Amino acid sequence: MIPGSFAYHRPASVKEAVALLAELGEEGRALAGGHSLIPMMKLRLASPAHLVDLGGVAELKGIRSDGGDIVIGAMTTQHELVGSELLGAKLPILRETALVIADPQVRYVGTLGGNVANGDPGNDMPAVMMCLGAAYHVTGKAGERRIAARDFYQGAYFTALEPGEILTAIRIPLPAAGHGFAYEKLKRKIGDYATAAAAVVLTMSGGRVATCAIGLTNVAETPLWAEEAGRILAGSALDAATVKKAVAAAEAITSPASDTRGPAHYRTKMAGVMLTRALARAKERARA
Amino acid sequence: MPKSQVSLTVNGETVEALVEPRTLLIHFLREQLNLTGPHIGCETSHCGACTVDLDGKSVKSCTMFAVQANGADVRTIEGMAAADGTLHALQEGFREMHGLQCGFCTPGMIMRAYRLLQENGSPTEEEIRFGIAGNLCRCTGYQNIVKAIQYAAAKLGGVPLREAAE
Repeated sequence: MIPGSFAYHRPASVKEAVALLAELGEEGRALAGGHSLIPMMKLRLASPAHLVDLGGVAELKGIRSDGGDIVIGAMTTQHELVGSELLGAKLPILRETALVIADPQVRYVGTLGGNVANGDPGNDMPAVMMCLGAAYHVTGKAGERRIAARDFYQGAYFTALEPGEILTAIRIPLPAAGHGFAYEKLKRKIGDYATAAAAVVLTMSGGRVATCAIGLTNVAETPLWAEEAGRILAGSALDAATVKKAVAAAEAITSPASDTRGPAHYRTKMAGVMLTRALARAKERARA
Repeated sequence: MPKSQVSLTVNGETVEALVEPRTLLIHFLREQLNLTGPHIGCETSHCGACTVDLDGKSVKSCTMFAVQANGADVRTIEGMAAADGTLHALQEGFREMHGLQCGFCTPGMIMRAYRLLQENGSPTEEEIRFGIAGNLCRCTGYQNIVKAIQYAAAKLGGVPLREAAE
Protein backbone atom coordinates (compact mmCIF):
# COMPACT_ATOMS: atom_id res chain seq x y z
CA MET A 1 0.00 0.00 0.00
CA ILE A 2 1.66 3.14 -1.27
CA PRO A 3 0.19 6.57 -0.54
CA GLY A 4 -0.35 9.09 -3.33
CA SER A 5 2.37 11.63 -4.06
CA PHE A 6 2.60 14.74 -1.96
CA ALA A 7 5.00 17.57 -1.20
CA TYR A 8 6.46 17.54 2.29
CA HIS A 9 6.84 20.61 4.50
CA ARG A 10 8.41 20.75 7.94
CA PRO A 11 7.83 24.16 9.55
CA ALA A 12 9.71 25.09 12.72
CA SER A 13 7.02 27.24 14.34
CA VAL A 14 3.24 27.44 14.68
CA LYS A 15 3.34 30.76 12.83
CA GLU A 16 5.12 29.18 9.89
CA ALA A 17 2.79 26.16 9.91
CA VAL A 18 -0.34 28.31 9.95
CA ALA A 19 0.99 30.50 7.10
CA LEU A 20 1.73 27.37 5.06
CA LEU A 21 -1.70 25.86 5.66
CA ALA A 22 -3.40 29.16 4.77
CA GLU A 23 -1.44 29.35 1.53
CA LEU A 24 -2.08 25.69 0.62
CA GLY A 25 -5.81 25.80 1.37
CA GLU A 26 -7.63 22.53 0.75
CA GLU A 27 -4.51 20.97 -0.78
CA GLY A 28 -2.69 20.96 2.57
CA ARG A 29 -3.08 18.77 5.61
CA ALA A 30 -1.34 18.95 8.99
CA LEU A 31 0.52 15.79 10.04
CA ALA A 32 0.86 15.07 13.77
CA GLY A 33 1.81 11.51 14.84
CA GLY A 34 0.32 10.22 11.61
CA HIS A 35 -1.21 7.08 13.06
CA SER A 36 -4.66 7.96 11.72
CA LEU A 37 -3.67 9.97 8.64
CA ILE A 38 -0.91 7.73 7.23
CA PRO A 39 -3.10 4.58 7.25
CA MET A 40 -5.82 6.62 5.51
CA MET A 41 -3.27 7.79 2.93
CA LYS A 42 -2.08 4.23 2.35
CA LEU A 43 -5.68 3.20 1.64
CA ARG A 44 -6.01 6.31 -0.58
CA LEU A 45 -8.94 7.44 1.53
CA ALA A 46 -6.90 10.62 1.96
CA SER A 47 -4.56 12.03 -0.69
CA PRO A 48 -3.42 15.48 0.36
CA ALA A 49 -1.16 17.20 -2.18
CA HIS A 50 0.85 18.78 0.64
CA LEU A 51 1.68 17.48 4.10
CA VAL A 52 2.67 19.96 6.78
CA ASP A 53 4.57 17.91 9.38
CA LEU A 54 4.24 19.45 12.85
CA GLY A 55 6.98 17.15 14.22
CA GLY A 56 9.58 19.93 14.09
CA VAL A 57 7.54 22.50 16.02
CA ALA A 58 9.07 22.48 19.50
CA GLU A 59 6.45 24.83 21.00
CA LEU A 60 3.77 22.17 20.44
CA LYS A 61 5.41 19.80 22.95
CA GLY A 62 5.23 19.53 26.70
CA ILE A 63 3.01 19.38 29.75
CA ARG A 64 2.81 22.32 32.18
CA SER A 65 0.78 23.74 35.05
CA ASP A 66 -0.81 27.14 34.42
CA GLY A 67 -2.67 28.39 37.48
CA GLY A 68 -5.45 25.90 38.13
CA ASP A 69 -5.10 24.34 34.68
CA ILE A 70 -2.87 21.80 33.04
CA VAL A 71 -1.83 22.74 29.51
CA ILE A 72 -0.62 19.98 27.21
CA GLY A 73 1.02 20.70 23.85
CA ALA A 74 -0.78 19.07 20.95
CA MET A 75 2.29 17.09 19.80
CA THR A 76 2.74 15.44 23.20
CA THR A 77 2.61 11.68 22.63
CA GLN A 78 0.45 9.15 24.46
CA HIS A 79 3.70 7.62 25.75
CA GLU A 80 4.68 10.97 27.25
CA LEU A 81 1.26 11.26 28.92
CA VAL A 82 1.76 7.82 30.48
CA GLY A 83 5.20 8.78 31.78
CA SER A 84 4.32 12.24 33.14
CA GLU A 85 4.70 12.58 36.91
CA LEU A 86 2.68 15.79 36.90
CA LEU A 87 -0.28 14.08 35.23
CA GLY A 88 0.14 10.98 37.41
CA ALA A 89 -0.28 13.18 40.48
CA LYS A 90 -2.92 15.65 39.25
CA LEU A 91 -4.82 14.06 36.35
CA PRO A 92 -4.39 10.28 36.55
CA ILE A 93 -7.38 9.64 34.26
CA LEU A 94 -5.16 10.66 31.31
CA ARG A 95 -2.64 7.93 32.11
CA GLU A 96 -5.41 5.38 32.54
CA THR A 97 -6.91 6.36 29.19
CA ALA A 98 -3.62 6.56 27.27
CA LEU A 99 -2.76 3.03 28.39
CA VAL A 100 -5.84 1.56 26.71
CA ILE A 101 -5.12 3.33 23.40
CA ALA A 102 -3.61 1.13 20.71
CA ASP A 103 -0.29 -0.54 21.58
CA PRO A 104 3.18 0.54 22.78
CA GLN A 105 4.55 1.40 19.32
CA VAL A 106 1.53 3.52 18.44
CA ARG A 107 1.64 5.29 21.83
CA TYR A 108 5.27 6.31 21.24
CA VAL A 109 4.24 8.23 18.12
CA GLY A 110 0.52 8.99 18.36
CA THR A 111 -0.24 12.40 19.86
CA LEU A 112 -2.89 13.83 22.15
CA GLY A 113 -3.56 16.65 19.70
CA GLY A 114 -4.08 14.26 16.81
CA ASN A 115 -6.33 12.07 18.91
CA VAL A 116 -8.66 14.93 19.88
CA ALA A 117 -8.51 16.93 16.62
CA ASN A 118 -9.14 14.13 14.15
CA GLY A 119 -12.83 13.79 14.97
CA ASP A 120 -12.83 9.99 14.82
CA PRO A 121 -15.60 8.86 17.19
CA GLY A 122 -13.47 5.80 18.02
CA ASN A 123 -10.71 7.91 19.58
CA ASP A 124 -10.63 7.71 23.37
CA MET A 125 -9.39 11.12 24.51
CA PRO A 126 -12.26 13.29 23.18
CA ALA A 127 -14.85 11.86 25.62
CA VAL A 128 -12.34 12.23 28.46
CA MET A 129 -11.78 15.88 27.49
CA MET A 130 -15.55 16.49 27.40
CA CYS A 131 -15.80 14.87 30.80
CA LEU A 132 -13.02 17.08 32.18
CA GLY A 133 -14.42 20.28 30.63
CA ALA A 134 -11.22 20.85 28.64
CA ALA A 135 -10.71 23.59 26.06
CA TYR A 136 -8.70 23.38 22.85
CA HIS A 137 -6.34 26.18 21.83
CA VAL A 138 -6.66 26.70 18.11
CA THR A 139 -4.48 28.95 15.96
CA GLY A 140 -5.28 30.14 12.46
CA LYS A 141 -4.22 32.99 10.26
CA ALA A 142 -6.64 35.28 12.11
CA GLY A 143 -5.08 34.47 15.50
CA GLU A 144 -5.82 32.22 18.44
CA ARG A 145 -9.18 31.14 19.83
CA ARG A 146 -10.33 28.56 22.38
CA ILE A 147 -13.05 26.03 21.76
CA ALA A 148 -14.63 23.98 24.56
CA ALA A 149 -14.23 20.23 23.97
CA ARG A 150 -17.97 19.97 24.64
CA ASP A 151 -18.65 22.23 21.60
CA PHE A 152 -15.94 20.86 19.31
CA TYR A 153 -17.39 17.67 17.83
CA GLN A 154 -20.06 18.03 15.12
CA GLY A 155 -20.09 14.66 13.36
CA ALA A 156 -17.78 11.81 12.42
CA TYR A 157 -14.57 13.59 11.30
CA PHE A 158 -16.37 16.96 11.44
CA THR A 159 -15.20 19.38 14.11
CA ALA A 160 -15.26 23.10 14.87
CA LEU A 161 -11.72 23.37 13.45
CA GLU A 162 -11.78 25.67 10.40
CA PRO A 163 -9.62 24.95 7.34
CA GLY A 164 -6.12 26.31 7.93
CA GLU A 165 -6.41 26.13 11.73
CA ILE A 166 -4.15 24.03 13.94
CA LEU A 167 -5.08 22.70 17.36
CA THR A 168 -2.00 23.72 19.37
CA ALA A 169 -2.75 22.78 22.98
CA ILE A 170 -5.29 21.23 25.31
CA ARG A 171 -6.18 23.16 28.48
CA ILE A 172 -7.70 21.12 31.30
CA PRO A 173 -9.06 22.66 34.49
CA LEU A 174 -7.75 20.55 37.36
CA PRO A 175 -10.41 18.50 39.09
CA ALA A 176 -10.44 18.95 42.88
CA ALA A 177 -7.82 17.06 44.86
CA GLY A 178 -9.27 13.75 46.06
CA HIS A 179 -11.54 13.40 43.03
CA GLY A 180 -12.50 9.93 41.86
CA PHE A 181 -12.03 8.95 38.25
CA ALA A 182 -12.18 6.01 35.86
CA TYR A 183 -12.05 5.27 32.15
CA GLU A 184 -13.70 1.92 31.40
CA LYS A 185 -13.26 0.62 27.86
CA LEU A 186 -14.69 -2.54 26.37
CA LYS A 187 -12.65 -3.73 23.39
CA ARG A 188 -12.20 -7.02 21.63
CA LYS A 189 -8.41 -6.97 21.79
CA ILE A 190 -5.49 -4.66 22.45
CA GLY A 191 -5.29 -2.08 19.68
CA ASP A 192 -9.02 -2.10 19.01
CA TYR A 193 -11.34 0.86 19.17
CA ALA A 194 -13.96 0.73 21.91
CA THR A 195 -17.14 -1.30 21.52
CA ALA A 196 -18.18 1.28 24.12
CA ALA A 197 -16.32 3.23 26.78
CA ALA A 198 -17.16 5.60 29.62
CA ALA A 199 -15.16 8.28 31.41
CA VAL A 200 -16.17 9.45 34.89
CA VAL A 201 -14.75 12.22 37.09
CA LEU A 202 -16.54 12.84 40.37
CA THR A 203 -16.06 14.43 43.76
CA MET A 204 -17.67 13.16 46.98
CA SER A 205 -18.63 15.09 50.07
CA GLY A 206 -19.96 13.38 53.20
CA GLY A 207 -20.67 10.15 51.33
CA ARG A 208 -22.63 11.94 48.60
CA VAL A 209 -21.71 12.97 45.07
CA ALA A 210 -20.81 16.66 44.96
CA THR A 211 -20.00 16.84 41.24
CA CYS A 212 -20.06 14.23 38.50
CA ALA A 213 -19.11 14.48 34.82
CA ILE A 214 -19.46 11.67 32.30
CA GLY A 215 -18.15 11.16 28.77
CA LEU A 216 -18.93 8.29 26.38
CA THR A 217 -16.73 6.97 23.54
CA ASN A 218 -17.72 5.40 20.21
CA VAL A 219 -21.45 5.07 20.74
CA ALA A 220 -22.50 7.91 18.41
CA GLU A 221 -21.15 9.93 15.48
CA THR A 222 -19.32 12.05 18.05
CA PRO A 223 -18.04 11.54 21.56
CA LEU A 224 -20.79 12.31 24.06
CA TRP A 225 -21.04 14.41 27.19
CA ALA A 226 -23.73 12.71 29.31
CA GLU A 227 -24.85 15.87 31.07
CA GLU A 228 -28.24 14.63 32.25
CA ALA A 229 -26.79 11.42 33.71
CA GLY A 230 -24.28 13.46 35.71
CA ARG A 231 -27.04 15.71 37.00
CA ILE A 232 -29.09 12.73 38.17
CA LEU A 233 -26.15 11.44 40.20
CA ALA A 234 -25.29 14.75 41.89
CA GLY A 235 -26.40 14.70 45.54
CA SER A 236 -26.89 10.92 45.57
CA ALA A 237 -24.90 8.34 47.49
CA LEU A 238 -24.49 6.40 44.23
CA ASP A 239 -27.17 3.97 45.40
CA ALA A 240 -28.23 1.28 42.95
CA ALA A 241 -31.55 2.89 42.04
CA THR A 242 -30.03 6.29 41.19
CA VAL A 243 -27.17 4.70 39.25
CA LYS A 244 -29.72 2.75 37.24
CA LYS A 245 -31.61 5.94 36.43
CA ALA A 246 -28.42 7.73 35.38
CA VAL A 247 -27.30 4.80 33.24
CA ALA A 248 -30.67 4.83 31.49
CA ALA A 249 -30.24 8.56 30.80
CA ALA A 250 -26.76 7.94 29.39
CA GLU A 251 -27.94 5.04 27.23
CA ALA A 252 -30.75 7.24 25.89
CA ILE A 253 -28.34 9.68 24.20
CA THR A 254 -26.33 6.98 22.39
CA SER A 255 -26.87 6.08 18.74
CA PRO A 256 -24.09 3.65 17.85
CA ALA A 257 -23.68 1.98 14.48
CA SER A 258 -24.16 -1.75 14.14
CA ASP A 259 -20.78 -3.02 13.02
CA THR A 260 -18.24 -5.78 13.60
CA ARG A 261 -18.13 -4.75 17.27
CA GLY A 262 -21.78 -5.69 17.67
CA PRO A 263 -25.33 -4.59 16.94
CA ALA A 264 -26.39 -1.10 18.02
CA HIS A 265 -28.53 -2.18 20.99
CA TYR A 266 -25.67 -4.27 22.37
CA ARG A 267 -23.23 -1.36 22.13
CA THR A 268 -25.72 0.92 23.87
CA LYS A 269 -26.08 -1.61 26.70
CA MET A 270 -22.29 -1.92 26.90
CA ALA A 271 -22.03 1.86 27.26
CA GLY A 272 -24.32 1.46 30.27
CA VAL A 273 -22.22 -1.37 31.69
CA MET A 274 -19.00 0.61 31.22
CA LEU A 275 -20.60 3.61 32.94
CA THR A 276 -21.78 1.47 35.88
CA ARG A 277 -18.26 0.08 36.32
CA ALA A 278 -16.60 3.48 35.92
CA LEU A 279 -18.91 4.99 38.57
CA ALA A 280 -18.10 2.21 41.03
CA ARG A 281 -14.37 2.55 40.48
CA ALA A 282 -14.44 6.35 40.62
CA LYS A 283 -16.35 6.20 43.91
CA GLU A 284 -13.80 3.76 45.34
CA ARG A 285 -10.97 6.14 44.41
CA ALA A 286 -12.60 9.33 45.65
CA ARG A 287 -11.58 10.71 49.02
CA ALA A 288 -14.00 12.47 51.43
CA MET B 1 7.30 15.09 -7.01
CA PRO B 2 10.76 16.39 -6.04
CA LYS B 3 12.76 14.10 -3.83
CA SER B 4 13.88 15.08 -0.35
CA GLN B 5 17.38 14.73 0.98
CA VAL B 6 17.56 12.75 4.23
CA SER B 7 20.46 12.11 6.53
CA LEU B 8 20.11 9.62 9.36
CA THR B 9 22.04 7.05 11.35
CA VAL B 10 21.13 3.43 10.69
CA ASN B 11 22.77 0.74 12.83
CA GLY B 12 25.55 3.17 13.72
CA GLU B 13 26.33 4.27 10.19
CA THR B 14 25.48 7.61 8.61
CA VAL B 15 23.20 7.28 5.63
CA GLU B 16 22.52 10.04 3.10
CA ALA B 17 19.82 9.44 0.54
CA LEU B 18 17.19 10.97 -1.68
CA VAL B 19 13.65 9.79 -1.00
CA GLU B 20 10.24 10.52 -2.39
CA PRO B 21 8.18 12.09 0.43
CA ARG B 22 5.62 9.28 0.15
CA THR B 23 8.21 6.55 0.68
CA LEU B 24 7.45 4.75 3.91
CA LEU B 25 10.34 4.11 6.28
CA ILE B 26 9.91 0.33 5.89
CA HIS B 27 10.29 0.58 2.09
CA PHE B 28 13.30 2.87 2.48
CA LEU B 29 15.01 0.41 4.83
CA ARG B 30 14.21 -2.66 2.77
CA GLU B 31 14.50 -1.40 -0.78
CA GLN B 32 17.01 1.45 -0.64
CA LEU B 33 19.25 0.18 2.17
CA ASN B 34 18.70 -3.54 1.57
CA LEU B 35 17.90 -4.09 5.24
CA THR B 36 15.32 -6.83 4.84
CA GLY B 37 15.20 -7.76 8.52
CA PRO B 38 12.26 -5.47 9.27
CA HIS B 39 9.30 -7.25 7.67
CA ILE B 40 6.14 -6.05 5.98
CA GLY B 41 3.28 -7.97 7.56
CA CYS B 42 -0.14 -6.39 7.77
CA GLU B 43 0.76 -2.92 6.46
CA THR B 44 -2.03 -1.54 8.67
CA SER B 45 -0.10 -0.75 11.89
CA HIS B 46 -1.38 -3.85 13.68
CA CYS B 47 1.16 -6.66 13.46
CA GLY B 48 4.45 -5.04 14.51
CA ALA B 49 6.64 -7.08 12.10
CA CYS B 50 8.09 -3.80 10.79
CA THR B 51 9.09 -2.52 14.26
CA VAL B 52 12.43 -0.71 14.44
CA ASP B 53 14.05 1.38 17.16
CA LEU B 54 14.08 5.10 16.37
CA ASP B 55 15.49 7.72 18.78
CA GLY B 56 14.74 5.53 21.77
CA LYS B 57 11.23 4.56 20.72
CA SER B 58 9.81 1.43 19.14
CA VAL B 59 8.03 2.48 15.97
CA LYS B 60 6.09 0.72 13.26
CA SER B 61 8.11 1.65 10.19
CA CYS B 62 5.12 1.00 7.91
CA THR B 63 3.34 3.95 9.49
CA MET B 64 6.02 6.58 9.14
CA PHE B 65 7.50 8.33 6.12
CA ALA B 66 11.24 8.09 5.60
CA VAL B 67 11.41 11.91 5.49
CA GLN B 68 10.08 11.99 9.06
CA ALA B 69 13.15 9.99 10.10
CA ASN B 70 15.51 12.69 8.83
CA GLY B 71 18.17 13.21 11.51
CA ALA B 72 17.05 10.16 13.51
CA ASP B 73 19.06 7.32 14.99
CA VAL B 74 17.55 4.06 13.72
CA ARG B 75 18.36 0.50 14.75
CA THR B 76 17.09 -2.62 13.01
CA ILE B 77 17.58 -6.32 13.73
CA GLU B 78 20.70 -6.19 11.52
CA GLY B 79 22.29 -3.91 14.13
CA MET B 80 21.73 -6.22 17.11
CA ALA B 81 24.54 -8.79 16.92
CA ALA B 82 28.11 -7.73 17.73
CA ALA B 83 30.55 -7.07 14.86
CA ASP B 84 32.14 -10.51 15.45
CA GLY B 85 28.77 -12.21 15.06
CA THR B 86 28.10 -12.78 18.75
CA LEU B 87 24.35 -12.72 19.17
CA HIS B 88 22.62 -10.14 21.32
CA ALA B 89 21.12 -11.62 24.51
CA LEU B 90 17.65 -11.32 22.96
CA GLN B 91 18.68 -13.19 19.82
CA GLU B 92 20.28 -15.86 21.98
CA GLY B 93 17.13 -15.98 24.11
CA PHE B 94 14.87 -16.54 21.10
CA ARG B 95 17.16 -19.40 19.98
CA GLU B 96 17.53 -21.02 23.39
CA MET B 97 13.88 -20.71 24.37
CA HIS B 98 12.43 -21.61 20.95
CA GLY B 99 10.89 -18.15 20.74
CA LEU B 100 10.17 -18.57 17.04
CA GLN B 101 8.75 -21.05 14.60
CA CYS B 102 8.35 -19.46 11.17
CA GLY B 103 10.40 -16.43 12.26
CA PHE B 104 8.40 -13.80 10.44
CA CYS B 105 7.51 -11.79 13.55
CA THR B 106 10.92 -12.26 15.19
CA PRO B 107 12.79 -9.13 14.00
CA GLY B 108 9.89 -6.95 15.17
CA MET B 109 9.57 -8.88 18.43
CA ILE B 110 13.26 -8.52 19.20
CA MET B 111 13.39 -4.81 18.39
CA ARG B 112 10.32 -4.17 20.54
CA ALA B 113 11.74 -6.31 23.37
CA TYR B 114 15.03 -4.42 23.09
CA ARG B 115 13.34 -1.10 23.89
CA LEU B 116 11.17 -2.72 26.58
CA LEU B 117 14.29 -3.99 28.37
CA GLN B 118 15.97 -0.59 28.01
CA GLU B 119 13.06 0.94 29.89
CA ASN B 120 12.53 -1.88 32.37
CA GLY B 121 15.45 -4.25 32.91
CA SER B 122 13.52 -6.83 34.93
CA PRO B 123 9.93 -6.88 33.70
CA THR B 124 7.33 -9.25 35.13
CA GLU B 125 5.62 -11.71 32.80
CA GLU B 126 2.59 -9.41 32.73
CA GLU B 127 4.74 -6.40 31.85
CA ILE B 128 6.37 -8.35 29.02
CA ARG B 129 2.99 -9.40 27.63
CA PHE B 130 1.67 -5.82 27.83
CA GLY B 131 4.93 -4.51 26.37
CA ILE B 132 4.76 -6.73 23.28
CA ALA B 133 1.02 -6.29 22.77
CA GLY B 134 1.69 -4.47 19.50
CA ASN B 135 3.45 -7.48 17.98
CA LEU B 136 1.51 -10.43 16.62
CA CYS B 137 2.82 -13.99 16.36
CA ARG B 138 0.68 -16.61 14.62
CA CYS B 139 2.87 -19.63 15.48
CA THR B 140 4.13 -19.79 19.02
CA GLY B 141 1.22 -18.86 21.25
CA TYR B 142 3.66 -16.38 22.84
CA GLN B 143 4.74 -18.65 25.73
CA ASN B 144 8.28 -19.09 24.49
CA ILE B 145 8.54 -15.50 23.26
CA VAL B 146 7.89 -14.38 26.82
CA LYS B 147 10.51 -16.87 28.02
CA ALA B 148 13.00 -15.66 25.43
CA ILE B 149 12.62 -12.11 26.72
CA GLN B 150 12.91 -13.33 30.32
CA TYR B 151 16.07 -15.19 29.29
CA ALA B 152 17.57 -12.01 27.83
CA ALA B 153 16.54 -9.90 30.83
CA ALA B 154 18.14 -12.45 33.16
CA LYS B 155 21.32 -12.69 31.09
CA LEU B 156 21.68 -8.92 30.81
CA GLY B 157 20.99 -8.69 34.56
CA GLY B 158 23.76 -11.22 35.29
CA VAL B 159 21.49 -13.93 36.74
CA PRO B 160 20.90 -16.66 34.12
CA LEU B 161 17.32 -17.96 33.76
CA ARG B 162 16.84 -21.48 35.07
CA GLU B 163 13.54 -22.22 33.36
CA ALA B 164 13.27 -24.32 30.23
CA ALA B 165 11.29 -23.63 27.07
CA GLU B 166 7.76 -25.04 26.88
